[in-house]
Amino acid sequence: MGKALLEIKGLECVRGDNQLFSELSFSLEGGSLLHVHGPNGSGKTTLLRAIAGLVLPENGEICWNGEATGRQEDDFNRELLYLGHHYGLKFELTGYENLKVFANLSGAEISEHEVEAALTRFGLAHCVELPVKVLSQGQKRRVALARLLLQRSKLWILDEPFVALDVAAVELLLGVIKAHVGDGGMVILTTHQEVAMDAGKLQHLHLGEKPAASMAAQR
Amino acid sequence: MFNLFKYSSPASFYPLAGRLAVGFGIASVMLLVIGLYMSFFVAPTDYKQGEGYRIMFIHVPAAWMSMWIYVVMACFAAAGMIWNTRLSSMMASSLAPTGAMFTFIALWTGALWGKPMWGAWWVWDARLTSELILLFLYVGFMALESAIDDPRRAARASGLLALVGVVNVPIIYYSVQWWNTLHQGSSIKVVSGGIETSMSEIMVWTLLVMTFACWFYAVAVSLSRVRSTILERESGTAWVKTLLTGDKA
Amino acid sequence: MLSALRCIVMRDLTLAMRHRSDVLTTVFFFIIVVSLFPLGVGPDAALLKEMAAGVVWVAALLASMLSLTRLFADDYNDGTLEQLMLVPQPLVLIVLGKVLAHWIISGLPLVLMSPLLGLQFGLEGDELIMLMLTLLIGTPVLSLLGAIGAALTLGLRGGGVLVSLLVLPLYIPVLIFGAGAVTASAAGMGADGHLSLMGAILLLALVLAPWASAAALRISVE
Repeated sequence: MGKALLEIKGLECVRGDNQLFSELSFSLEGGSLLHVHGPNGSGKTTLLRAIAGLVLPENGEICWNGEATGRQEDDFNRELLYLGHHYGLKFELTGYENLKVFANLSGAEISEHEVEAALTRFGLAHCVELPVKVLSQGQKRRVALARLLLQRSKLWILDEPFVALDVAAVELLLGVIKAHVGDGGMVILTTHQEVAMDAGKLQHLHLGEKPAASMAAQR
Repeated sequence: MFNLFKYSSPASFYPLAGRLAVGFGIASVMLLVIGLYMSFFVAPTDYKQGEGYRIMFIHVPAAWMSMWIYVVMACFAAAGMIWNTRLSSMMASSLAPTGAMFTFIALWTGALWGKPMWGAWWVWDARLTSELILLFLYVGFMALESAIDDPRRAARASGLLALVGVVNVPIIYYSVQWWNTLHQGSSIKVVSGGIETSMSEIMVWTLLVMTFACWFYAVAVSLSRVRSTILERESGTAWVKTLLTGDKA
Repeated sequence: MLSALRCIVMRDLTLAMRHRSDVLTTVFFFIIVVSLFPLGVGPDAALLKEMAAGVVWVAALLASMLSLTRLFADDYNDGTLEQLMLVPQPLVLIVLGKVLAHWIISGLPLVLMSPLLGLQFGLEGDELIMLMLTLLIGTPVLSLLGAIGAALTLGLRGGGVLVSLLVLPLYIPVLIFGAGAVTASAAGMGADGHLSLMGAILLLALVLAPWASAAALRISVE
């Protein structure tokens, strides 16, 4: 605790010819949640994708454990779980097969039982053997979210994770996020939902209000 | 080419590019006038091919430039990828249309030359075929660049394509030569090799003057093209705004 | 590493098995294109035999290119591609796995079909074997080089046409040596030179193309 695992230094991202944000710096330590706010088009998704390493920033550095993420082989990816707007699921495969592929590729030894337990936790016990394409939007989202329980990553980056979820599932996901932060994990998320935290640290970041000036992280 | 690192920022490169473009443009026109005069009036008639050979003075420089520009383009693309400098990617994409134009000229004049020499507008000679494939590579580069809306992705993607292309160019060239010798059953004899060895000194000089005229033209045109690209991409920045309002005032 | 490679290959093969019609489309495209040539140039057996290798090879290029657009596009559209880029495995390995699966799905069937098509054109014995052998060495190169084009044109409008513009010129050496080997062996000359050159091209493509495709994917997925 106290040591910043993730450090963002002077980050600048552009889309097309538009500068989304610049000189963005903040740091995040274990056991904290960063809630990124901002109107549409303020670069929330781009920021999350830049941290995940999917978008090459125009300027600035993203460091994990004191080392730039771009220069680490796979150490950063092992600690990272990014869930974006897309479900990241193959619709022709079953929920079980989808999760199994990612578990195998992340190098974790995960038993059949654990996969089923994760799906059951998200209320999908009866859908384990169904191809994802027959599930509803909310159920698809839940299959994707079940990866949170399986992969034991330290840093979760969640882009609008509550979309398409019903009330019960929102509560469930909030519980999972809180437990993760309570265990010393880190979460960066964007959502219009109010996220109340009782354990760990809650940080807020506001994008796109006043250009450049207000973009430092606020506690 | 120039001191790239000092001038790697678009703002300081813009005025320099303007001065260089004018300089190279003037030099190119002067060389072109001299070169054309030499090719039509000074160079002697070829004892084997008569007057028709004079088209060589545009054909050969164009063919050389078409290949040289592709290599330069790939170097700029590589620099753009390694140091992530926007300017080198812009230079790469500014060179492409000029390179494609020279490739086209080389093909066109090759056909005009081929008709009297070989009796056919087009023969599947190794050089002509390679030149045609080079044209495909240029067209692919430009098509990819124009198909991508995001200028940053366009620059990086087309730069990568240029690098892939430049690795392949020698392989393609040698395979086409191999293919050509394998199928060299017909009566066509490639005579371009014959000219170069039997060229008189004045022909070589003419060729050199024309080559430099084409080269300077390529530099001038691509520099002025990169200037407009800079203005377009940097239109939101302060220095472009002051430049534009300053021009008006 | 190897288990990750196997995982990707198995995943893509499973997906292909659940979309069997896609695989069959490529094969039938190949057969149809080859069958069109005799209709275009006439049924002269000697002429057809001389053309056979070139025709089959050109058709193989087109068929392999046709299936390229699906190599990364489906994964790109449903977001699994970006997830695959974030797993703690080298992206080059992921690309290699996907290319390998693509070759098994779209290249290998062409190799297996080719003797049948060669027979239609009057090729015999050694020539048929040579045709198969060149396709066996050559089609992986098509998949490897094609992956670069497919990665570069990801998510672009008209990507399918564009990919042919980018990739077909790069296919030329394989076409020349592949068809040349068959012609040479039919003429009674040895085709060893052709085959070793094709092997060299395959090795070169195997070493370089996955890197280029991985770099292209990073550019395209933003």
